[in-house]
Amino acid sequence: MSILTPVAGTQAIYRVNPVAKFATAMVISVGLLLSVDWVSASVALAFEAVLFFWAGIGPRRFVARTWPIFIAAAFAGVTIALYATASGQTYAQFLFAHVTEGSVNLAIATALRVLAIALPAVVLFLTIDPTDLADGLGQVVRLPSRFVIGALGALRLIGLFAQDWRALEHARRARGVADRGRVRRFAGQAFALLVLSIRRGSKLATAMEARGFGGTTKRTWARASVIGAPEVALVLIGVAVTGIAIATSVLTGHWNFLATR
Amino acid sequence: MTGIVSGHPPARVDARGWGWRHATRADWAVRGLDLRVEPGERVLLLGASGAGKSTLIAALAGVLGGQDEGDEEGELLIAGRKASAVRGTAGLVLQDPDSQVVLARVGDDVAFGCENLGVARSEIWPRVRSALAAVGLTLPLDHPTSELSGGQKQRLALAGVLAMRPGLLLLDEPTANLDPEGVTEVRDAVARVLEATASTLVVIEHRVSVWADLVDRVVVLEAGGGVVADGPPADVLRREGAALAARGVWVPGHPPQHPVRRTAPTEEVLLAAENLSIGRGSVLRSEIDLAVTAGSAIAITGANGSGKTTLGLTLGGLLPPLAGEVNARALAGDLKPSPISWKSRELVTRIGSVFQDPEHQFLAATVRDELAVGPRVIGLGASQTSARVTELAERLRLVHLLDANPFTLSGGEKRRLSVATALVTRPPLLVLDEPTFGQDSRTWRELTALLAELLDTGSAVVAVTHDEEFVDAVATSRLRLGSVGVAR
Repeated sequence: MSILTPVAGTQAIYRVNPVAKFATAMVISVGLLLSVDWVSASVALAFEAVLFFWAGIGPRRFVARTWPIFIAAAFAGVTIALYATASGQTYAQFLFAHVTEGSVNLAIATALRVLAIALPAVVLFLTIDPTDLADGLGQVVRLPSRFVIGALGALRLIGLFAQDWRALEHARRARGVADRGRVRRFAGQAFALLVLSIRRGSKLATAMEARGFGGTTKRTWARASVIGAPEVALVLIGVAVTGIAIATSVLTGHWNFLATR
Repeated sequence: MTGIVSGHPPARVDARGWGWRHATRADWAVRGLDLRVEPGERVLLLGASGAGKSTLIAALAGVLGGQDEGDEEGELLIAGRKASAVRGTAGLVLQDPDSQVVLARVGDDVAFGCENLGVARSEIWPRVRSALAAVGLTLPLDHPTSELSGGQKQRLALAGVLAMRPGLLLLDEPTANLDPEGVTEVRDAVARVLEATASTLVVIEHRVSVWADLVDRVVVLEAGGGVVADGPPADVLRREGAALAARGVWVPGHPPQHPVRRTAPTEEVLLAAENLSIGRGSVLRSEIDLAVTAGSAIAITGANGSGKTTLGLTLGGLLPPLAGEVNARALAGDLKPSPISWKSRELVTRIGSVFQDPEHQFLAATVRDELAVGPRVIGLGASQTSARVTELAERLRLVHLLDANPFTLSGGEKRRLSVATALVTRPPLLVLDEPTFGQDSRTWRELTALLAELLDTGSAVVAVTHDEEFVDAVATSRLRLGSVGVAR
């Protein structure tokens, strides 16, 4: 099990350039951050739900990967409902907490917004293979290849973390030092993991250097990373969803630019 | 320069009075080296550990670093040009399979070197396919590299180097971390490659038998002394074989001495496994029965993935049994008989575990402190601690290293230290995982002698191993684990 295990699927979305997925997630976030109202967020979510179905991520995998977002959304909602500036009718009151018409509206709008922004981002990123992303960042965005490939190489080491962590746990018990308090034990072990990782990293750097990495020759790319019709289509879908959401909100009179109302 | 880089013809190597000193060291790693390797020659580089073999190979590969990494003297040329300036002429395969995989997919990983050399995309993929065929890796190009065995990873690294079409192939103990099957895989792949490319080869290895048939020249280096022997393998090994063997090289016909046991195993059971199921979370193997008696050494052998290491960890009180029990009543004293129920500090005086990778076990900044960890945990005083540390350091030739950082030691020194850290609390049972992996014959001899001595005093040993010679020399019985139908 490694974080770099190639991500693959049969749906069209897996073949779309990761850079386009980034751009799409960005369009949706920026568009939906402009206003805090429940209409634009709900409209966007409704469209997104249909698109998720298309992306072909099964319900189990969807829930497994997105549950923290639902919790975050609920938490944000509850906090705002209790503590946001009071306005309109008061439903309940306790110490500093006021649940009012205004705060409940804001809470719903915020919770929906968290979902509408985060869910598509997670779903899009779930279908990104790190190698393809590096290709895209190097060739389409033209980030320096040293940085992109270096980061990709480092990412592979993360997969070995879990393995090293388990081995360290056994080793420390075998050495007699595992009886300490949980916090000290964790700190010591984390430091040992850091040392091991740095050593692995420098070995990997040598191996990469031995294969000509970091030289003065201009690098070529074995896999072409291209922007074509599917990529443009994905970004346009993002623009459309955001645009319709904003338009609906404005037309129904719920638009609330940067929550200034 | 961009565009197509064609393959390099077999390269000549010239060292003229060459030397290198690492920035942090006082002594030269290599000095006064004069050596010429003709194009297409296949050279096995031998020498005791510390003779500067790896330094030379790293310099040839151009990965030794610049002036801030150390001082260079003399000249080191590949195909007539400075070795540090010609990336891509020499291709290097290192020892550790895990730290040579760069990318996630087999095909991409092989293509990596070509990309760095600026090879055109249209030429990369044919090169990748022919390199994979040459090393005998018949896998889809998008096969995940994380799912390869050690031998496959080393062949992948070899393919990655081949795709760069080097004129000089450099191998730094490429089989030291592999099981016997992996060693054969890699050796055969190198043989095929040399047949196809006629490239110059320089290989370091302390097991001569692996490469003896493949090389046509053996060069023996000595620390700071340059070349001390040079010639056809049979000649050099006849003249220098005994001397090399004494310095730790595994020379055919000069096996290390096996220890002599003075006492026989007793009937006293120190630890018994009864109907034991092992695994991490899910059951890997079940119905294991085993009794370890005082003075006995049990070798656990079997294929990769058969659960040897997991069994070792379970017997050593580091992993809980999934069913059945591990009963160590004779060791427990007042404690419950199951080792997993003991506290960490209670474990160290009863069962000592030595891991395959010594680096996982190191906790301190100096060898001295490393050895003192155990005594401190069990509450020994300063004088007792220092007595035990000194005694073990002398026994395992670590005295001159007491102030060194454990991570800076050589492979053999790390192994000796990791064994010493387990012995310092005097546990009657020792569980070792691949104790002789990658070790030179001198460390091997010392280790087996030490274990035999411990066994004679009534201790017991459980050793997970692939090393048949170790089994012959130390084991009093063997538990062979058959393959289980699970993925590694």
